[in-house]
Amino acid sequence: MYEEPILSVRNLKKQFGPGCHQCNQEHDKGLEKNYCPNCGTVYACQDISFDLFPGEILGIVGESGSGKSTLMQCLYFDADATSGEAYIHDAALDGQNVFSLSSQKKRYIRNHKYGMVYQNPVHGLKMNFSSIGNIAEKLIAAGNRNVSEMEGVGKTLLENVHIPLFRMKEAPKNFSGGMQQRVQIAKALSNNPPILFLDEVTTGLDLSVQANVLDLIKRIQRELGISMVVVSHDLAVIRMLADRTIVMLNGEIIEEGLTDQILEDPQHAYTQQLVYSLL
Amino acid sequence: MSMLTIIDFGKRFTIHHLGKTRQAVEQINFSLEKGEFIGIVGKSGSGKSTILKSIYRTYLPDTGGIFYDSDRFGRIDLCQASERQVLYLRKHEIGYVSQFLNVMPRTTSRQLVEQALLEMGESEAVARQEAEKALTHFELDPKLWDTYPNTFSGGEKLRLNIAMATVKKPRLLLLDEPTASLDQQSKLKVREIIEKLKANGTTLVGIFHDIEFMEGLCDKVYDMKERQLVHEVISNEG
Repeated sequence: MYEEPILSVRNLKKQFGPGCHQCNQEHDKGLEKNYCPNCGTVYACQDISFDLFPGEILGIVGESGSGKSTLMQCLYFDADATSGEAYIHDAALDGQNVFSLSSQKKRYIRNHKYGMVYQNPVHGLKMNFSSIGNIAEKLIAAGNRNVSEMEGVGKTLLENVHIPLFRMKEAPKNFSGGMQQRVQIAKALSNNPPILFLDEVTTGLDLSVQANVLDLIKRIQRELGISMVVVSHDLAVIRMLADRTIVMLNGEIIEEGLTDQILEDPQHAYTQQLVYSLL
Repeated sequence: MSMLTIIDFGKRFTIHHLGKTRQAVEQINFSLEKGEFIGIVGKSGSGKSTILKSIYRTYLPDTGGIFYDSDRFGRIDLCQASERQVLYLRKHEIGYVSQFLNVMPRTTSRQLVEQALLEMGESEAVARQEAEKALTHFELDPKLWDTYPNTFSGGEKLRLNIAMATVKKPRLLLLDEPTASLDQQSKLKVREIIEKLKANGTTLVGIFHDIEFMEGLCDKVYDMKERQLVHEVISNEG
């Protein structure tokens, strides 16, 4: 079965610090966890490669500091990757490493191809704008100019994420954490992106609200066929959502497989420790 | 051609932190024809589940081959198939019924069965209709259709599980201890359900620790002893 991935990432690296004679080597960097004991350079992502296929949810798990969020930031251009390539399968972008594109083209990709939902809604929303205004902002960035049309799209999206329309003119700062997260998801979906990144979106929400958000994500996958990368340190969330899962440790991918296989038959010592710690 | 042929299959687990390995099964050989029902019996710990989970690739196979005759891919070794191929097969060709129900919280039984169909790309109208048909067919009380399954009894959960798996009309269905922890009457009901599946031409592999209930229904029964499939205990062929 040959399938074209919608997003291919190859050898992505991200380091904080200049590196030194010891850690600049290709192999045997002599790192302690993910940093160089000699110069203190942090290697947050080392040689990350994976494919995301149309309509699938890819889970990324790992402990705090394993490089999950840095990876997402590089993919969404919030941070510059030190080196590596990413390709989006799309007529206009085929064959072009998106990391090396101009900032104008990167903005185009963010506005038209990507959606991002951050763990902290403060990063994804303008807390003082109205909720519908937040959605309109994204629609305008994607080239929309028709006010009544934008209002229609915004209302539908807010309804889809169960935000009562009588509160649509209210600013998210007045909302609960779960509601803010749902407005953020509505905003991320407003430009109809084929690829959606979700970074720890249920962390800090109570179980009942978490179930709402998970249900919403599953529904988006089913009804819109959007491909998603879901980062979480919560294995229960990954089990519910992801078809395939990548396990990260110290900036590296140490294991990948079908989600149930990762959870029931983990191969790597660290994954075993992680899974066997599950209550 | 057989639908499933298992050749010299073995699976070993390694627990790194304890520095231990455990050979769960070894030298497993059997094959399954289309429309057949094979039962595997044996004590708990003998490796029955390991075989089933390896076919479904919940366990990563170690040695040997598990050759499956797929509609989509032709003859394919499930030990070597890509993750995306396995996901396709799980969605369209191979079903798995476990004794546990692991589902999205706060989702009604009706929704769960419908979602299985929607994920295959069926329309909402078809999903609704087929879900009701399946729930009726497997005799889940209509009063339970629009409630969450967390309060269901073992037998009710099992019937919901079977409905979710069979509504996709899998060619091969794997049954993981479908009678475990059920009372006599529920076990008889499971037997009836398996009879129905068999009558529809589904190919089945089931593991049981008590096989009496399957008497006369299995085409072949294998006994698991010491990690190996030793012999055929019953055969109804001919």
